[in-house]
Amino acid sequence: MTENLLTYMTFIPLAGAVVVLLLPGKAHSLIRWVSAAATVPPLLMAVWLFQNFDGSKPGLQFIEKYQWIPAYNISYYMAVDGISISMVLLTALLSFLCIFASFGIEKGVKGYFALFLLLDTGMMGVFVSLDFFLFYIFWEVMLLPMYFLIGVWGGPRREYAAIKFFLYTLFGSVLMLLAILALYFASEPHTFDMTVLIAQADRYGTQPLAMWPFNLWGWGFQHVIWMALFIGFAIKIPAFPFHTWLPDAHVEAPTAISVILAGVLLKMGTYGILRINYPMLPAATADLAYWFLGALGAWNIIYGALCAMAQKDLKKLVAYSSVSHMGYVMLGMASFTTQGINGAVLQMFNHGTITGMLFLLVGVIYDRAHHRDIDGFGGLAAIMPVYTGVTALAFFASMGLPGLSGFISEVLVLLGTWQKYPVLAILGASGVVLTAGYLLWTIQRIYLGPPNEKYLKLPEINGRELFTLVPLGVIVIILGVYPSVMLDLLRASLDQLNQIVLPHLHQ
Amino acid sequence: METPIQTDFLRWIVFLPLLGAIVNGLVGAKIQKSMGKGAISFLACAPVIVAFGLSVQALMTLQGLAPEQRFLIDRLYTWIDLGSLKVEMAFLVDPLSTVMILVVTGVGGLIHIYATGYMHEDKAFWRFFAYLNLFTAAMLTLVLGDSLLLLFVGWEGVGFCSYALIGFWYQDHNNARAGNKAFIVNRVGDFGFVLGMFLLFWSLDAQGHGTLTVREMVKWAPAIEAQTLWGIPVITLATLFLFIGATGKSAQIPLHVWLPDAMAGPTPVSALIHAATMVTAGVYMTARMNVFFSMAPLTLNLIAWIGVATALLAATIALTQYDIKKVLAYSTVSQLGYMFIGVGVGGYAAAIFHLMTHAFFKACLFLGAGSVIHAMHHEQDMRKMGGLKAHMPLTTVTFFISVLAIAGFPPFAGFFSKDEILWLAYTNPHVSKFVWLLALVGAGLTAFYMFRQLFMVFFGERRADHHTQGHVHESPSVMTYPLIVLALGALFAGFIGLPGVLGGSQFAHWLEPVIHAHEQAHGSHALEWSLMGFSVLVATFGFFIAYLMYYRGALSPQRFCDLGRGFFYRLFDGKYYLDEIYQVIFVNGTLLLARIGALFDQYVIDGIVDGSASLTRFTSWLNGLFDNYIIDGIVNAIANLTFWSGNKFRRVQTGNINGYLYGILIAVVLAIIVKLRYWS
Repeated sequence: MTENLLTYMTFIPLAGAVVVLLLPGKAHSLIRWVSAAATVPPLLMAVWLFQNFDGSKPGLQFIEKYQWIPAYNISYYMAVDGISISMVLLTALLSFLCIFASFGIEKGVKGYFALFLLLDTGMMGVFVSLDFFLFYIFWEVMLLPMYFLIGVWGGPRREYAAIKFFLYTLFGSVLMLLAILALYFASEPHTFDMTVLIAQADRYGTQPLAMWPFNLWGWGFQHVIWMALFIGFAIKIPAFPFHTWLPDAHVEAPTAISVILAGVLLKMGTYGILRINYPMLPAATADLAYWFLGALGAWNIIYGALCAMAQKDLKKLVAYSSVSHMGYVMLGMASFTTQGINGAVLQMFNHGTITGMLFLLVGVIYDRAHHRDIDGFGGLAAIMPVYTGVTALAFFASMGLPGLSGFISEVLVLLGTWQKYPVLAILGASGVVLTAGYLLWTIQRIYLGPPNEKYLKLPEINGRELFTLVPLGVIVIILGVYPSVMLDLLRASLDQLNQIVLPHLHQ
Repeated sequence: METPIQTDFLRWIVFLPLLGAIVNGLVGAKIQKSMGKGAISFLACAPVIVAFGLSVQALMTLQGLAPEQRFLIDRLYTWIDLGSLKVEMAFLVDPLSTVMILVVTGVGGLIHIYATGYMHEDKAFWRFFAYLNLFTAAMLTLVLGDSLLLLFVGWEGVGFCSYALIGFWYQDHNNARAGNKAFIVNRVGDFGFVLGMFLLFWSLDAQGHGTLTVREMVKWAPAIEAQTLWGIPVITLATLFLFIGATGKSAQIPLHVWLPDAMAGPTPVSALIHAATMVTAGVYMTARMNVFFSMAPLTLNLIAWIGVATALLAATIALTQYDIKKVLAYSTVSQLGYMFIGVGVGGYAAAIFHLMTHAFFKACLFLGAGSVIHAMHHEQDMRKMGGLKAHMPLTTVTFFISVLAIAGFPPFAGFFSKDEILWLAYTNPHVSKFVWLLALVGAGLTAFYMFRQLFMVFFGERRADHHTQGHVHESPSVMTYPLIVLALGALFAGFIGLPGVLGGSQFAHWLEPVIHAHEQAHGSHALEWSLMGFSVLVATFGFFIAYLMYYRGALSPQRFCDLGRGFFYRLFDGKYYLDEIYQVIFVNGTLLLARIGALFDQYVIDGIVDGSASLTRFTSWLNGLFDNYIIDGIVNAIANLTFWSGNKFRRVQTGNINGYLYGILIAVVLAIIVKLRYWS
C-alpha cells in the first residue's frame, strides 16, 4: 500500500467521482456522504505521510516512477519533498472540510460533487507530479471542473467570473506549455522528467538573445522561459497586475469553492515557481527575483491591503486580503534566506488555513442574511457570540497576532527579507498596519455596535459549520505555538533549493 | 556571564493566568450560569494570586544568589529553529523582571479582586475576566520572555487584550472605535519594534552571533558598534526603531493619542492598562535593552526630549479636563514622560523605580475613581461631584495619599522616584538643562491638576443631583481593601529607593546586574538637597494654586482660561488638535489611498482586462464581417456568377435541333477563323 500511496491519494477522489456519477441523482444525502467518504482516505494518507516524512533529508521521498510513453520519454512520476509536503496535507484537509461545507448545495448535487472530486484529484496531482507532462495534465484537469463549479453553482455574475477565470488561467497555461516544450527540446535526451531537467539546469543558456525586445534587457533563453512560466504562475498567485480575476471568481463562487480557490489553487502559483523556476532556471531566478518576486510581492501586500480596505462586499474584502497575504509568500521566496523561504512556504500553508476559515465564515453569514454588505450588519456579536468568537480568531490570525500561525510565517518572511532588502522588509511590514486597519474596521462594522434589528433572530453557527471551522482553528493555534511541527519538514528541502540559486546571486 | 539556573516553576507564572483565561473564555458562560459569579471570580483571581506567590518565590530565590548569578531560566522547547535563528520558548527571571512580575501580579491581582466587586452587575462577567487574565498572561510573557521575539508575543498580546477590554462594552460604537484606535496605533509602534529587532539580529548575525535571546544580544552588543546601515550606525538606527515601539506602548509623542481614549473600557481595565501592565512595557523594554540604548547617545537625547515634551503636553491637557478618568489618563501619559526622561538621561533604574511607585499610586487613583464612579451611578463629570469625603471616607483617604504621592510630596513614593529622575536629568552632562527645567514645571502642573481633582471630587459643595446624592455610598470591602493596600504602597514603596544623601537606593542596587550602564550622578550633597527642596517647593506651589482656586474659591480659574485671549485654554482643551490632525492626514489619507487603489483596480486594471476582451470581441466581429461579406462574398459571388451564367446558358439548351446545329456551325466557323488567323 505505502509504495503507491501518492497514486491512491490522487485517484481515490476520482474513483469517488465515478461512484457519484453512478448514483441516482435524487439521492442527495447518499451523494454527499459518498463524496465525503472519498476524501477521507486521502486525508488519512496525508496525515500518515506527514508523520512518516523524514524532514532531516532534502530531496524526494515516497517516489513512484513508471515508464508511461517511452517514445517521448514521458513517465508517471510522483513524489513529495519539503516543498510539496505541506501542500499535500493542505489539499487533503481542505478538500475533506469543503465537502462538508458543500452540504448546503441543493442544485445539481450530483454534478457538483462529481466535479468537486475531480477537482480534488487535479489539485493533488499537481502537487505530487514530478514529470512535466503529468504535471500539465493535472494542471488542466483542475481547470475544467473549476470553470463549471463557478459558472453553474455561482452567484449572479457567475458566467462573467467563470469565463474570466478560465481565460486568464488558460492564457497562463499556454505560456507554461510553450515553456515546457522549450525545456523539453533544450534537454538532451529530450525529457519531461523534472529531476533530469533540474540536473541539466546549466544547459539553458543565459547569454543575451539578439531578438527584440529581449536584447534590451539582456535576457537569455533562460530568462525568457522563466518569464513565460512566471506569468503562468503569477496569474494563479495572483500577482499584480494579473489578480483581477480573483475578486470576481471569489465573489461568485460558492463558499466551498472559494475556500479551495484561495486555500489551494493560489498556492499552485508560488509552488510552481519554487518547484520549477527556482531549481530549473536558477540563474534567471537570481536575476529576476528581486523585481518580479520581491518588489512585486511588497507591492502586492500594500496594494491588496488598500484595495481590501475600500471594499463593501465582505467576500471581496477577503479576496483582496489574499492578494495582500500572498505577497508575503513572494517576498519571502525572493529573499533566498533560510528564514525567508521557510517563512514563505509556511505562509502558503497558513494562508490556506486562515483564508479557508475566513471564506467559510463569510459563507455562514451569507447563508443566513443572504447578503455580504459589510455596512449592512452591525452588532452581530450580541446575536451570534460563538460565530463572532471564531471569526475573531480567524481575523486576528490573518492580522498576524502572535500565538497564531500567521505571526510566525510573517515574521520569518520579514526577518528573512530584511537581510537582503531592508527597504522591501519595511514596505512589507507596513502592510501589517494596514491589515490591522481594514480587519478591525470590518469587525467593528459587522460585529460591534448596537445589534441590528433586522437580524435579531439570526440562528447561531451550527454544528456542521463548526465542524468545518474548528480543525482549521486548532491548526492555526498549534502552528502559532509550535511551528516546528511544520518547519522541521520543510527546512532541509528549502535550504537545498536556496543553495541552488545562491551561487548565481550577484551581491 | 554565568549560566542561568534551570527551574520549572516560572512557566506557571504565565500559564496559570493563561489557564484562567482559557477556562473562563471557553466555558465561563456555563460556569456563570450554573455556579454563579463567585466561581468565575475564584477562577480568575486564584491564578493571579498564585502567580504572585511564585513571583515572590522567584524573588527569594534570586536573593539567595550572588548578584552576578541572579538568573533563573525555564526552558520549554525550541520554538523556531531556522538557520542562525534559534528561538527558545523560555522564560527568564532576573532582578529586573522580578520587579515587573511582582508589580504585574501584585497590583494586577488587587485589580482583579477589586473588579469582582466593580463588575458584579455585568452580564458578561466571565468574558471580562477571561480578557483580564489573558491580559495578565500576555504582560507576564512580555516580562519573562527570554528572547526579543517572545517579548514581542506579549507585546502584541497586551495590545490585543487592550483592544478587547477597551471595547468590552462593544455595543457602543465609541468604545469599539477606541479599541480600534488603541490597536492600530500600537501596531504602528510594533512595526518599529520588529524592524529594530530585525536590524539587531542581522547585525549580530554578520558578526557570527545572530540571536534574539536578550542576554546573548547584550553580550555581543559591542561587536556591532562600528556597523552602519544607510550611513547610520546600526545601534542608533535599531534603538530608534525600538523606541518607536516604546512610544506606541507607553503612549509617548507622537503615538500617545490612543491612551486617553482607552478610558472607554471599564475602570479596572484602565487601572490595569495604566498602572500595572501595558503602558509600562515600553519603559521595561528600553531598560531591558539598556546596553544598546546607552551606546546610542543620539537616541537617548531624543528620548529625553520626547519624554519631557510628552510630560508637559499631557500635563497641560490634564489642566482642562473635567472627566475624572481623563485627568488620570493624561496624568499617566505625563508620568510615562518622566520615566522616559529617566531613560533618556541613562537612569534606567530610576525609570523602573518610578514605574513601580507609579503602579501603586496610579492603580490606587484609578480604582478610587472607579469607586467614585460606582457610587455616583456611572457619573464621570467632576463638575457634578464634590463633597464626597463625607460618604466615602476610605476612598477619600486612599485617593488623598495617592495624590500626595503623584504630586511628589515627601515621604510618599512618587517623591523619591520622580526626584531621582530630576536629579539625574540635572546632573547628566550630555542632556540640556532645559529638560530638567521643563520637567520641574511639569511637576508643578501635576501637583496643580491632581489637587484640583481631589478638591473637585471629594471636597467642597455637593453638586450632584438629589437622586444621585441620596445613593452615594462607600464601596464594598472587596473594592476598598485593594485601595488600602495600594495606598500603603503609595506611602511606603519609595523607601526602597532613597536618594544618595539618605543612604542610596536599594532598588538601583538590586537592578545593577541587569542595568550595567548605570549613569552615575555627579554632584555634591548640597546640590542634591537643594534640588530636592526645589521640587518640593514647586509641588507646593501647584498645590497652593489649586487650593486657592478649588478649595477656597479665592482665585477664579477663569482668569487663567482667558490668558492669551483663551488661546491656551482652547489649545489644551482641544488636546493640541492632534486627533483631528491625525484623522485628516493618516486616517483619511489612508482611506483615500484605499479608494484610489480600488478604483484603479476596477477601472484601470480590470479596464485593461475587460478592454482586451472587448477588443478581442470587436476584432472577431470585424473578422466575422470580413468573413461574411468579403470572403463569403467572394465565394457567394463566384457561386452567383456560376448560377447566373448557368441561368443564361440554360436558355441555350432549348431542345431545338436547328438551334444546336446553328450553334455548332458558328463554333466550327469561328474555330476555323481562329485557326487560320493565329496558328497558321
